[in-house]
Amino acid sequence: MMPVKICVLRIEGTNCELETFRSFKRLGAAAEIVHLKQLIGAVKEREKRKLKDYDLLVIPGGFSSGDYIRAGAILAARIRGALGEELADFIRDGKPILGICNGFQVLVEMGLLPGLADEKIGLQQVALTTNDSARFECRPVYIRHENRGNCVFTKGIEKGCIMKMPCAHAEGKFFISEKEREAYLRLLEANDQIVFRYTDPEGTYAAYPWNPNGSVDNIAGICDPSGIILGLMPHPERAFYAFLDSEWPRRAKRGEEGGGAYGDGKAIFEAVLNHLSRKAYI
Amino acid sequence: MTVEVEVTIKLKRGVTDPEGENTKKALNLLGFKNVHSVKSMKTFRIAIDADEGGSDVKYEVEEMCKKLLANPVIHDYKISVVR
Repeated sequence: MMPVKICVLRIEGTNCELETFRSFKRLGAAAEIVHLKQLIGAVKEREKRKLKDYDLLVIPGGFSSGDYIRAGAILAARIRGALGEELADFIRDGKPILGICNGFQVLVEMGLLPGLADEKIGLQQVALTTNDSARFECRPVYIRHENRGNCVFTKGIEKGCIMKMPCAHAEGKFFISEKEREAYLRLLEANDQIVFRYTDPEGTYAAYPWNPNGSVDNIAGICDPSGIILGLMPHPERAFYAFLDSEWPRRAKRGEEGGGAYGDGKAIFEAVLNHLSRKAYI
Repeated sequence: MTVEVEVTIKLKRGVTDPEGENTKKALNLLGFKNVHSVKSMKTFRIAIDADEGGSDVKYEVEEMCKKLLANPVIHDYKISVVR
């Protein structure tokens, strides 16, 4: 069986591509860090890549194009302008897209998430805007898996499972305009699009600091109606190994093993690779 | 003919403006007790080629706002021709 081919997108300002790449690599996928220019074709012949040759597109975290204008806005505009058609085909083929942190902001800016409009790539319906604290929130958060089985990135992860992973963003407040808030939230719930919500360590919804940015309804991650596009603010790639957890040395000293060598983030990478390899068999 | 256009992007009413609120707090702490509201906004000054009269410019800049400069969920924008 061919290994799953993964495109980890890079442009100026992305800074989580290496961790993301290594996470997928560790699980046996054929991951590659690809610069946007390589997909557009503005490079030498041997460096050119085609988006359609990949099975999964990942937009990693960071500060693409310096977060100018708004976080993710410039990368979103560049993808929409230069790769719009190819990306639409990619989605039509049912190939998954993952956006972590800045990647989530890009997907929202492109209108791919929550994807409630008729046009696939269109206008924004929600926003990820400045944290209520007006600070860069950089620390571990707890998120609860809320999906009932729609999202391919969390298939197999138990509903209600609490995961701990770091967040690191200044613009992560999931915001729906007041006029549409109730209708959208109802739709998101009905379409099974809410994937993660911020909670306290016990798994109860709680306000700041547990909800680091003031997101509407504590939303930390959502997928599109078909479940193949996931965006989330916390960083699963920064929780791939157990030793990346800030509590790990203390836990180890106390002699608590707590789940072995891997952290909570691994499950997300595993789930999508399982989905893709199952698809290859069919 | 080159026309210069100023685009001001500001947050819609009802959207919290943490940057403005924090600036207000800081100004109050500095002794400016009479400051009771600060709003943050962003201005772009765009030089653009246009034919005489410059009638299409406003339309074009509006497209720019829709496609990149503003997010309609949280932003209002104002376009004014400077010269």
